[in-house]
Amino acid sequence: MSLATAADGAAPQQNWLDKIGAGHVILAVALLVYPLVASDFFLTQIAGYSMIFGVLSLSLMLLAGYGGMLSLAQITVAGIAAYAVAILGSNNSNVLGFGWPWWIVVPFAVAAAAVSSALIGWISVRTEGIYTLMITLAIATATFYFAQQNYAIFNGHSGYAGIHAPVFWGVNWRDPKPFYYLCLGLAMLSYAAVLYGSRSTFGMTLQAIRDNPRRMRALGYHVTAHKVFAWFLAGVLAGLAGVLLVWFNGRVSPGTIGVDVAIDILIIAVIGGLRHPIGPFVGAIVVILMQTFAIDIVGAERFNTLIGLVFLVIVFVSPDGILGLWGRIKPHLAQESLRAGP
Amino acid sequence: MSILDQPSSSSLSGGGVTRRQAWGLVGLLAAAIVAWLVFAVWPQWLNAVLISKKAFVSAILNGLTLAGLYFLVASGFTLIFGLMRNINLAHGSLYLLGAYIGYEVTSRTGYWLLGVAAGFVVLAIIGVVMQVFVFRRLEGDDLRQTLVTIGISIVAADLMLAVWAGGTYQIATPEWLDGALTLPVITAVRSNGASVFLTYPLYRVVVLAAAIVIGVGLWLMLNKTRVGMMIRAGVDDRAMLSASGVNVHAVFAIVFAVGAGLAGFAGVVGGSALSVAPGEDVRYLLASLVVVIVGGMGSITGAAIGALLIGLAEQIGLVYFPTYGVVLTFVIMVVTLAVRPQGIMGKAR
Repeated sequence: MSLATAADGAAPQQNWLDKIGAGHVILAVALLVYPLVASDFFLTQIAGYSMIFGVLSLSLMLLAGYGGMLSLAQITVAGIAAYAVAILGSNNSNVLGFGWPWWIVVPFAVAAAAVSSALIGWISVRTEGIYTLMITLAIATATFYFAQQNYAIFNGHSGYAGIHAPVFWGVNWRDPKPFYYLCLGLAMLSYAAVLYGSRSTFGMTLQAIRDNPRRMRALGYHVTAHKVFAWFLAGVLAGLAGVLLVWFNGRVSPGTIGVDVAIDILIIAVIGGLRHPIGPFVGAIVVILMQTFAIDIVGAERFNTLIGLVFLVIVFVSPDGILGLWGRIKPHLAQESLRAGP
Repeated sequence: MSILDQPSSSSLSGGGVTRRQAWGLVGLLAAAIVAWLVFAVWPQWLNAVLISKKAFVSAILNGLTLAGLYFLVASGFTLIFGLMRNINLAHGSLYLLGAYIGYEVTSRTGYWLLGVAAGFVVLAIIGVVMQVFVFRRLEGDDLRQTLVTIGISIVAADLMLAVWAGGTYQIATPEWLDGALTLPVITAVRSNGASVFLTYPLYRVVVLAAAIVIGVGLWLMLNKTRVGMMIRAGVDDRAMLSASGVNVHAVFAIVFAVGAGLAGFAGVVGGSALSVAPGEDVRYLLASLVVVIVGGMGSITGAAIGALLIGLAEQIGLVYFPTYGVVLTFVIMVVTLAVRPQGIMGKAR
């Protein structure tokens, strides 16, 4: 939405071009040539990391924006995929590590994440609104403590280290540029899939269920099944992000799936905006940039205060995040140009 | 709400009394078994199965004490939610702040009771401030209340870290609360025939007693006083309460003061029994969430039942299956949700 309107505002005479397409094409080209100008740090630590968290928040946006289900368990789902990669693949923690090739490990990890997400969804769709949030928070915290205490499967407090992104087609996907393109490809794919899915029959049904579950039930739709399937799809996205996350960090530990990270995901999605799939990516870039550079402004110690205050201000000023803020400013700008005319 | 709970709700309306009687019988049986386990002298095989009688009884007592603490925190949480539909995810931060304030006051003045009072009063004031400046602006907007309170808890946790650093504090209890109590519970019989009685820290017993007193007090306040009547009326129909000439804002402020004050009180009490450290806020927030989900939103009795279940499960789990103790809490929550999505004492909406 924001991108399409951005292109619209810049060049209103381009009516012949499909406006939404134009914004996306410009963005895609910009992102594809980004490695030419960016340093390795900006490629991996900023852009790649933002895209991983963007996809993770996108899975939350899918649930909250289209399904009306606010989940705090997305990082838990991603963590399940990450742990699956560590356990089924190879790690150097001398615990488990079956050493399966990546093309078996990744589908398996994503499937595990999707199934557990559906399970979490099946538990929590029995409740609504704020209750869903509380139950998913409880699930996320319970999983965190369980991972921290269990040494047989999760290797307890230290977790797993020494996990490497695979090398195939002669490319080491751990190198900055390949990893950037890997993240970019996945982010674009997820974004397009969610955008397409939101206009599909299932997406429309899900949004209708969000708006009026009783009516949809009366019309003969299986509300619970639709919601659980939405959780499954969100689990696929979160699982993919989890795989990238474990390759990015090279390790996974209970800290990866802690409550603060779960809340970070919510913050990213809310700061960006929950009304359009681009929101989570905008939020991710803003938060990651703040996370990286706030240290220079307020010091590493008080970073959380800063991000908390920014979050508070955005929630107070605009419930729809930055996208909503843009939606509010845009009409004013349009009015301004009208006033300036005559 | 979902299709899945249709069978349970229909069977509930079918035979409510028999069901309640059945549960009552189960409860009585469980209580009898526990009473026998606590007071009887254990045969050898039972000691072999349950580690030792001392471990078992201590786990139960620790569970009860923890339940008392959880009840104090969760009752404030559920009170605020029950009346005002205000969801305050900064409730854990209120607990931790209360604990820090109690620590400061106690260590500076040397009077523990002053610390307890300060914990309650300061947090009650902060609660009223939060009600006026945050929740009154976001009335009826659950989602934004949640998000704003999450933001507040992040900022609060960080600021508390800045002031009190990452260390662990222990609030000193006064002398008259120190020492151990010899309970009339025989843990073992010596070879010369003398019985060994269980000793238990006096302070923890006092915590439990305080929780019971406050629980009963809250129940009386809600059910027997005029303010309580207004609060209950507000839970059921806020607009009608307002229309009948009651200053709803004042009632809301009182409830928020009591709720937040209880969190601060629990912070000082809990900080004296256990310890005060960063991260406790999340722990107690989670505990109140689970207690309230299990017990039912907005019900004091439900909070008591939920706190008992979770406190006992946590401590018994700690002794008998340390790795899976957390999962036990989780299982209780899931089972409750599967049978009664609105919680044990919650009203079906």
